[in-house]
Amino acid sequence: MNELARRDLLKAFLGAPALLALGCASRKGQRTIAQMDGGLVLRREKLGHRLRDLTLMPTPSAWSTCDVLVVGGGVAGLSAVRELKTRGIENVVLMELDENVGGTSQGGSLPVSAHPWGAHYVTVPQAANKPLIALLDEVGAVERISASGEPIMAEQHLVADPSERVFYRGRWYEGLYPFAGASADERDQKERFEAEIDRWVAFRDSEGKPAFALPMSLGSRDPRVQALDKVSMAKWLKQNGYTSPRLHWWVEYACRDDYGTTLADTSAWSVFFYYASRKKSAGASYQEVVTWPEGNSHLVNHLKRGVASKTGHAVLSVESGEDSVSVVALDASGAGEPTVVGVRARYVVMATPQFINARVVRGLSEERLAAAKSFEQSPWMVANLQIRERPGGAGFPLCWDNVLFDSPSLGYVVATHQQGPHRGPTVLTYYYPLVDSDARVARRRLLELGWEEWAEVALSDLERAHPGLRNYVERIDVARWGHGMVRSTPGRIWDGRRELAAQPHGRVHFAHSDLSGVALFEEAFDQGNRAAAAVAARMAPEAAGP
Amino acid sequence: MSFRRTPLFYLNVLVVGTCGLVYELIAGTLASYVLGDSVTQFSLIIGLYLSAMGVGAWLSGFLSKNLVRRFLDIELGVGLVGGLSAPLLFMSFAYLGWFQVVLYGLVFIIGALVGLELPLLMRILREELDFKDLVSRVLTFDYLGALLASLLFPIFLVPTLGLMRTSLLFGMLNAGVALWGSFIFADLITGGIVFLRTRAILVLVILTAAMFNAKALTSFAEEGMFDDAIVYAKTSKYQRIVVTRTGMGFKLFLNGNLQFSSADEYRYHEALVHPAMSTAVEPKRVLVLGGGDGLAVREIFKYPSVEEVTLVDLDPAMTDLGKELPALTALNVNSLHDTRTTIVNTDAMSWLASYDGPPYDVAIVDFPDPNNFSLGKLYTRRLYRLLASRLKPEAPITVQSTSPLYARISYWCIVETIKASGFKVSPYQATVPSFGVWGYVLARRGPEELVPPETLPEGLRYLNVDSLGSMFKFPVDMGPVPTGINRLNDQRLVRYYEEEWRRWQ
Repeated sequence: MNELARRDLLKAFLGAPALLALGCASRKGQRTIAQMDGGLVLRREKLGHRLRDLTLMPTPSAWSTCDVLVVGGGVAGLSAVRELKTRGIENVVLMELDENVGGTSQGGSLPVSAHPWGAHYVTVPQAANKPLIALLDEVGAVERISASGEPIMAEQHLVADPSERVFYRGRWYEGLYPFAGASADERDQKERFEAEIDRWVAFRDSEGKPAFALPMSLGSRDPRVQALDKVSMAKWLKQNGYTSPRLHWWVEYACRDDYGTTLADTSAWSVFFYYASRKKSAGASYQEVVTWPEGNSHLVNHLKRGVASKTGHAVLSVESGEDSVSVVALDASGAGEPTVVGVRARYVVMATPQFINARVVRGLSEERLAAAKSFEQSPWMVANLQIRERPGGAGFPLCWDNVLFDSPSLGYVVATHQQGPHRGPTVLTYYYPLVDSDARVARRRLLELGWEEWAEVALSDLERAHPGLRNYVERIDVARWGHGMVRSTPGRIWDGRRELAAQPHGRVHFAHSDLSGVALFEEAFDQGNRAAAAVAARMAPEAAGP
Repeated sequence: MSFRRTPLFYLNVLVVGTCGLVYELIAGTLASYVLGDSVTQFSLIIGLYLSAMGVGAWLSGFLSKNLVRRFLDIELGVGLVGGLSAPLLFMSFAYLGWFQVVLYGLVFIIGALVGLELPLLMRILREELDFKDLVSRVLTFDYLGALLASLLFPIFLVPTLGLMRTSLLFGMLNAGVALWGSFIFADLITGGIVFLRTRAILVLVILTAAMFNAKALTSFAEEGMFDDAIVYAKTSKYQRIVVTRTGMGFKLFLNGNLQFSSADEYRYHEALVHPAMSTAVEPKRVLVLGGGDGLAVREIFKYPSVEEVTLVDLDPAMTDLGKELPALTALNVNSLHDTRTTIVNTDAMSWLASYDGPPYDVAIVDFPDPNNFSLGKLYTRRLYRLLASRLKPEAPITVQSTSPLYARISYWCIVETIKASGFKVSPYQATVPSFGVWGYVLARRGPEELVPPETLPEGLRYLNVDSLGSMFKFPVDMGPVPTGINRLNDQRLVRYYEEEWRRWQ
């Protein structure tokens, strides 16, 4: 890439600060991206294009049968299979488009360390979230359960101290909010905002439910809470007199991190959900998080054990009939031409994002189709960099989560943070959400850049904090998630369309984190469990017979 | 025409004289810090500096045109090289290894540049002054400058600014004078003056930037840290190891922190090892975590029942030193060469997590103080729990636990953390002159706390049974304070430690 093209690229994807830094940096003697190993990974668009080119709906040559077919091998689908099995339903098949299950909780492995490709932590569940406590117990992360039902986590699974730092004006500071140089008014606003969060943490509705809980199904439906869904966070901050640029940055960081959106495109409900659901009580600190070098694929690897999964299968149509559901899919798992396969299942769980359901589930009403199409997803770029030596920097030392103030990226996490001596080679996972208001525009921007361009964006961004980093890079891989996470735009949670999309359709049930409006492991897990329980409840009388 | 600016000339000479001597003193001081033997070092530096000045004076004869411009350029050069001399020397010591080449090279360059200055200045002023006055005044102010420097340097500069900032400050002074000179000599300069001033400003900017970063530079450059001659220095993959020689023997530093002084290490190591070892009944297998100097192992071998010692120390450079440095092998009585000793160079936490051999009878935990998160990790509940699972059920352990006097909260935090990991604890302290009052924790899992042992091996130099009991009693200002527990996910010990030790610096 020539210098001019590079400047244009960095201006478009990193903005003015990066360009300024670029102005002073000499690139002489530096390695170019072309000299590094790596490439694009998790390329699901290959199969996607094949589907797009299909003109006629093919007919399968043979049909197989099963009790329940789960479509979609992300956390919701895997959780649904696990829950069905616990409820005694064994004849379950899982279909997944990708080569591997796990969805956005997939991980990868480089010689130096395993690493995440997406979701990389779970907040320590509170007593009410018993299923998740049980799951974490199965993977050995729970030491014991306290008398009040709170899980006491094993120390080594909790994110190790120091956990996060922010790069602000040439220096690293502990924590995410850059207090350095903040005026008294800015500090006041931060305090006032924390008090507002605590007010919501303390809130209980007439049924005694908290305003916000994880999973969100345990939270309140009180109109006072739901009112927050109608307004964007940008508007809410303005209405309530929050003008501090630092506070705006800090809250917007949360929006970009959890929803892939700006303050203007995130509902106030989602923001308070983000903060308040992570606190046990007002004034308490935020719940700690559990993490592994490979991120949440640690949990995926546990969930997928013993699951009969057909990967590389693209579902083309799902039609609910009188006593079974007919599913037609393209089997592209082999090396040769894809074949068309059919499955007749008594029930189907669609653990797929709603835009897929709108395409493949037959017989949805106009209203339901519109509801399914109303879900928007933010695209993400995730890069994994294997580096020879860990970056340091002036100020607070290297943490698990390392955030760059004034960057459109979310910074990076260090895969080896939980292990061994704090030096030597490691893998950095760099996250970049595309937050353009129009998700289609964002997706186009994501896909118009290839490996070399995205690698350049990631490195140029990181080099503002770590000059010369590219000379330490041994490998850089890039994943482009076209539909990374559901956007929690105003109205998303409580305007009715989300709940409509979650209703069963004949013998077809739905389970996906987007049905919670929040792309979290906790939500996907809850959605899978809920759908599995509903299917099991319908199967029980059938099994008992007339 | 020269009436008004003549005093300014003299001020210029004064500054040139002061700066010149300051750089010489900086080089001499640094050389004796790092290389020891201050008489030789100062003598060498002064000799080299003066001879380089002679070379400069000789070279001045080759300059004939545009003398003012040349003079100002040289002054800028002195400012830049002299100003950066201390930072460069520290860095070359910390990172390069060929310190002497850089040292003598810099001294020579600065000396030569300073030597160029006076002859040039005198030739410039020749046009404006009577030769007799010129020589007398220039030399007067030059020597006065030297007097000023020699008084300011030890009394004011080093104690308040330190070497790094002094060097940078005088570099800025040189560059400032050059910039100023471009104004007072403006009529004598032929050609573009703007470019000259730009260069002067650039030098000033560089030195100012270095000044702002001086603190960061000094922290790793060990300025003023070592009072004694350095006899060994090595930067390993993990740390900087420095051994200095003192009147009483030698000292070992890791990353600038004193690990022991040969004069009183017997106090530290006897107190570390014997309470646990003498409590154990016929200890056969002993685990040592840290302690790559082999001095704890020396004490352990005073028990004839010992058949096996496993020493886990991260840094092979440290254990190699314990095996090879003659001064150290004499002190640790070749304990690391003993056939009963097995050395493992790996992270202690990872080693404990994967160890599946037979359990140990005693463990001695001797890590450096928890002054960063990677060391703090070695003082967490997770480590003590892992350690517990690798020991016999009631095996005693000792943990070196920083000073209960200087870092009282840190000390009791370690005690609390060991307690929270399932041990019964018996805190105690000893006096080690090099460190001050030092803290340890004797502990074991079992029904009750351990009491001080009733017997000790023969031939100890510090401990006896009579005084041992009193070490387990704490005076008021070191007594227990409430603290939290140090865990992997909440390393409060590192924060306590940093806070407490900062007060003593």
